Amino acid sequence: MTRVVLPHHLRSLARLDGEVQLEAGTTREVLAALEAAHPALRGTLRDTGSGKRRPFVRFYACSEDLSHASLDDPLPDAVLRGDEPFLVVGAMAGG
Amino acid sequence: MTGARLLVGTKKGAFVLTSDQRRTAWKVDGPHFAGWEIYHLKGSPADPDRLWASQSGGWFGQVVQRSDDGGLSWDAVGNDFAYEPLEGREGAGTHQDFDGTPKPWAFTRVWHLEPSLTDPDTVFAGVEDAALFKSTDGGASWKELSGLRGHGSGPQWQPGAGGLCLHTLLLHPTDEQRMFTAISAAGAFRTDDGGASWLPINKGLLSGEIPQQEAEVGHCVHNLALHPSRPDTLYMQKHWDVMRSDDAGDSWYEISGDLPTDFGFPIDVHAHEPETVYVVPITSDSFHVVPDGKLRVYRSRTGGGEWEPLTQGLPQQDCYVNVLRDAMAVDTLDDCGVYFGTTGGQVYCSPDGGDSWQCIVRDLPSVLSVEVQTLR
Repeated sequence: MTRVVLPHHLRSLARLDGEVQLEAGTTREVLAALEAAHPALRGTLRDTGSGKRRPFVRFYACSEDLSHASLDDPLPDAVLRGDEPFLVVGAMAGG
Repeated sequence: MTGARLLVGTKKGAFVLTSDQRRTAWKVDGPHFAGWEIYHLKGSPADPDRLWASQSGGWFGQVVQRSDDGGLSWDAVGNDFAYEPLEGREGAGTHQDFDGTPKPWAFTRVWHLEPSLTDPDTVFAGVEDAALFKSTDGGASWKELSGLRGHGSGPQWQPGAGGLCLHTLLLHPTDEQRMFTAISAAGAFRTDDGGASWLPINKGLLSGEIPQQEAEVGHCVHNLALHPSRPDTLYMQKHWDVMRSDDAGDSWYEISGDLPTDFGFPIDVHAHEPETVYVVPITSDSFHVVPDGKLRVYRSRTGGGEWEPLTQGLPQQDCYVNVLRDAMAVDTLDDCGVYFGTTGGQVYCSPDGGDSWQCIVRDLPSVLSVEVQTLR
């Protein structure tokens, strides 16, 4: 079971209190499972048409930036075991 | 309850303000969608409990929200705004960027939501980059009315400072085939076939900011308004100039008259007096605040040309706010209520057609849009 941590705005949008738990072994599978379980998130992490990650959205796990890795790379073992979360992070900005 | 419900979009969320018909005491509900930019909210004339909201942000893109209970609860609906391929152009085609080079059309956000006058499930979305979308299934899916972008002038359209945005859509009160739209900075367009094809309606506009002042397209039209009893009469606030057409946009003439400045954003018409028009003059295109530190709405009771400042209850010193194009509305109660919101976060109401004003709420986030529903 993969644990996914979403930023505040997306938790609000999907009406989630905490982490999401999904069956997913790659970043692509995380995104697909998230959008299937929470349709309100469609288009918020990646462009609906092109599938491109939104520029201000990053993916991290086990202190590694997975944003530019292949979407089909296996997630780190610690994430797959559920020991570490898959983090969706919005860029920091003020205002 | 007879009264008014104000739908206020701000840079940090949406607010729903309600009052009885006296419009002196208001309940403020919100923020909804806290932290998100709410460019526009609007209620369905066919079902006043059905509301639409455009929720967007730089991080997570566009969300469209729908309420079926007058704003008590909301649900996200479809947000896939895919541009149609255009015949004779590569893919969805290109428009001009700020520097005049071709730029592929790309969706950024929904500026304006215009519900059908008769069908609660039908709603139009004006978006950036400028295009018009329509949903007939309650917002679940959106289809572009690509005849607008496909007009031969499309590759020449350029953005205004706020982007290349379709920000205004007027529906003809009785003829579903006729609509008017405005795009910054392309100009005004009309369809007479339900959106399949569009005609630029910019004859008579003079814009000193473009190389050819009388060009067919390229005008920065800020807002349009009409009165349902006279749908061939259109009022326009252009970048500079307040304009009027009496032939459904085929030709325009200037009605700026004695305004202190004819730059501005919103324009609206009294609910019961088709020749009574409201604007909010703004200092200039390089200083987007009201002139002289005084917040003044100007009213013409002669269909333009002659204007009177409305100041009672509005700050007349040290005020430096703007009023954006979608941030003014009128209700249809017997004494027409007029409303506007400012970039300083104030929302004002006049329950007597503009004669006097009260500040409903003073410290909201910067106001992007104001719409009103008359509740009966």
